[in-house]
Amino acid sequence: MIEVELAVNGERETVSVDATQTLLDVLRTKLGLTGTKIGCNQGVCGSCTVLIDGKPARSCLVLAAGCRGRAITTIEGVGTADAPSPVQQAFIEAGAVQCGYCTPGMVLAAEALLRKTKRPSVPEIREALSGNLCRCSGYTKIVDAVKLASERAAP
Amino acid sequence: MTEIASAVGLRLPRLEVREKVLGQAQYVDDMVRPRMLHGAVLGSPIPHGRIKRFDKSRALALPGVKAVIVGPELAPHHLGAFIKDETALARDKVRYIGDAVAAVAAVDLATARQALGLIDIEYEELPAVFDVEEAQKPDAPLLHEDYDKYVKVFPAEYKGRNVLSISTITEGDVDAAWAACDVIVEGEYETPGQAHAYLETNGALAEFDAAGKVTVWSCTQSVFKMQAAISEALGLPMAKIRAIATRIGGGFGGKAEPGTQIIAVALARATGRPVKVILSRDEDFTMMRVRHPAKIRVKTGAKKDGTLVARAFDATYDAGAYADESPGVMGFGMLMARGPYRVPHLKCVGRAVYTNKLRTGAFRGFGNPQTAFASEANLDDLAAKLGMDPLELRLKNAMKPGDTWVGGQKVEACGLVECLERLRKDSDWDRRRKAQAPARPGKKRGLGIACLSHISGVLATSAIVRLLEDGSFSLNTGAVDIGQGSDTTLAQICAASLRVPVERVNLVNPDTDASPYNWGTGASRVTYTVGRAVASASDAVGEQIKQRASIIFECAPGDLELRDGGMVGVKGVPGKVLPYGAVAGFSHFVAGGPIIGTTSLMFDGPGFDPKRTLLRGVPFSNLGAYVFGAQAIEVEVDELTGQVEVVEVWSAHDVGKAINPQSVEGQIQGGVVQGIGYALTESVEWDQGKVVNPSFMDYKIPGAMDVPYAIHPIIVEHPEASGPFGAKGVGEPGLVGVGPAIRNAIAHAIGARLAVMPFTPERVWTALQGRAA
Repeated sequence: MIEVELAVNGERETVSVDATQTLLDVLRTKLGLTGTKIGCNQGVCGSCTVLIDGKPARSCLVLAAGCRGRAITTIEGVGTADAPSPVQQAFIEAGAVQCGYCTPGMVLAAEALLRKTKRPSVPEIREALSGNLCRCSGYTKIVDAVKLASERAAP
Repeated sequence: MTEIASAVGLRLPRLEVREKVLGQAQYVDDMVRPRMLHGAVLGSPIPHGRIKRFDKSRALALPGVKAVIVGPELAPHHLGAFIKDETALARDKVRYIGDAVAAVAAVDLATARQALGLIDIEYEELPAVFDVEEAQKPDAPLLHEDYDKYVKVFPAEYKGRNVLSISTITEGDVDAAWAACDVIVEGEYETPGQAHAYLETNGALAEFDAAGKVTVWSCTQSVFKMQAAISEALGLPMAKIRAIATRIGGGFGGKAEPGTQIIAVALARATGRPVKVILSRDEDFTMMRVRHPAKIRVKTGAKKDGTLVARAFDATYDAGAYADESPGVMGFGMLMARGPYRVPHLKCVGRAVYTNKLRTGAFRGFGNPQTAFASEANLDDLAAKLGMDPLELRLKNAMKPGDTWVGGQKVEACGLVECLERLRKDSDWDRRRKAQAPARPGKKRGLGIACLSHISGVLATSAIVRLLEDGSFSLNTGAVDIGQGSDTTLAQICAASLRVPVERVNLVNPDTDASPYNWGTGASRVTYTVGRAVASASDAVGEQIKQRASIIFECAPGDLELRDGGMVGVKGVPGKVLPYGAVAGFSHFVAGGPIIGTTSLMFDGPGFDPKRTLLRGVPFSNLGAYVFGAQAIEVEVDELTGQVEVVEVWSAHDVGKAINPQSVEGQIQGGVVQGIGYALTESVEWDQGKVVNPSFMDYKIPGAMDVPYAIHPIIVEHPEASGPFGAKGVGEPGLVGVGPAIRNAIAHAIGARLAVMPFTPERVWTALQGRAA
């Protein structure tokens, strides 16, 4: 076991982890942050997307022991029930959520895009979301949600 | 009185959307119970064999392992939706690679998985068969030696080796009708196995209490079916089983029958501790179920002017190793094989055949996507032979209100013609069919069309609506929202019936301890069938509110009316009014008792008419309300590589009435994209019975870049008299016509009339070479 200090959603957490344990597993089982989802556990579906130093990453492919000193943002750190982030609010209004399993990863991928590009075009949005699979929505309303959030943030 | 703003027809966000965007929604794998163990399931490594010996000793010796169970230790009870041919764990034979043979509970998942490798099972390998035609040969290996003895819940017909069900449907006189046809077109078509690929794999958590009652949390499309299946498989009384639905990460039919629920209960019983069993992606791909691969022959005859005269349809559905929902899927496929057209002479024969592969089962469309592909491809070829525009041919033969479905049910609400006309206008059909849209260099564009029909309905359901003391309501149906949005839709129906905003309706989570019976989420039935029960129970509450208020107002109940915002008042006297809360207080604490409305119903539509239609081996006596739609799709084909790109989609659906238009659009768009995957990239591939692409890496479902942004849902509303507020279902139809519409668009683009889905670059490229030669 290795002691690691992680900075998750702005809070410092010290956890002891196996050398082979993924960030996904540590977030879910050691820190109780179950908003990060297991879809394939092999880096394809994007359900486990978190932000590491502001960039989207697949937490199933990241070893927790390697995250010392990195700033990790999970879905629980994005917004609250009283104050959802503009992206979350847009997902609510645009009808971008069906079963919800891909939603945390989608929201984080969108957050990362909008931090980088204020007014992305539809092709830019589709490209930014292309690593996150959704089996329910057909993507159109998710793209609409990201567009809506960007238009509100940068009118 | 002025028209009130009803909750029906509003584009409301999902009731549970906030918890989903915040990451707070609880799916079964997010649950932890004190002292909880983790379970894992061992699948057979061979496609067909006899189990000679189990040896659990090495697995049990691994530190952290708490129990290992094998089939013979469970009661010898068989289960199956139509044919009781499966046990929870294999007892004496295995029939596919992945067939569950043993299960382990251990202190953590890694230990449980490690223990699977230490279970020693000796098999006598038997010859296996992987193809439906091979399986029917007289010397083919027999999968189920005791097939005759299995309990079947319908009058099954099954002549032939490894044939588990044959459905035959005859109307008119097909054999005589061919002579009257000017043009006849025949074709053979094949469709692939499609994986549900819900992003949440199957899983369950089971925990016994001291009285021997087990609670099972799981992702399922029906808590009631799970309660019954656990009882059936393990011999536990239903009164000792409580099934609860957690949030569900997609189902699409794949969670209609048991996943890991039974095994979780068996492990919890063996250990006396809570056990959670979540499948890995690979296990879910190889152990659960997929859509039936099908081989279909179609022959259609018409007059010179395009009037359809006769159709013969012969289909073979690959059932895999166990029947699961195969008789229903195949039988329903045959009932849809005519399509939404007037065809006086029809003969459909379908069979479902066992092979040593993963079982196949319910999947969005339930047998209809296969038949729709064959039917609509064949119709397009007929249009070409007649020199007719494919949209005109469909319009000429389209069903209209008053026409009958196969089996004789009269269809009063049918917006198919309007769907076709909307497609013509919105896709600029006439102009673009004549002159193909400009494409990029080396590419060709084409526009294709397909009609579709489906049903919404079937079976039993119930609803309870209760007025709470403050004038709000609790709605309890037992219907599971698997992500499609039915909780919100049902709450809207309740709210509109009682003239309150939807915020005043609490939706009770499905729980067999608390909810009234609901058969399940499937058959595009929740809005239509459960919605009927909700509207009826809500109306009963409304009547009771008036009755109680009449005591307070000292008038007749008939003099009262419900008013917008949750008030009951005297007709014609605007000031004489009481809020529901006052009536509820009176009922709870003065007179009359709590106000509760209940409705219990079995789908009661007309049955098939045996005088009109000969039906044999079809496991339904009626279906539901028929739904209609039409889809137009533009594609661009790369002439060098054979790659097909979908450019734009128009999907028109008669939904009766859109209770929540935003939700309806989402169902249409999601169905279309699942259909694009089915048509272009998705195919479960087997090699000697082994699924060789059990991952999202090798089994390609569409991502955001693989589908167009421009997927236009077109909502057409021809109210269905039997539906709540006129509504019908829309869950499945969006997928049904996509495969053939793309196929027909490819034909328009490059002249190749493909017969095998998916339309991979290899297949399209090969067709392009044939054209060049």
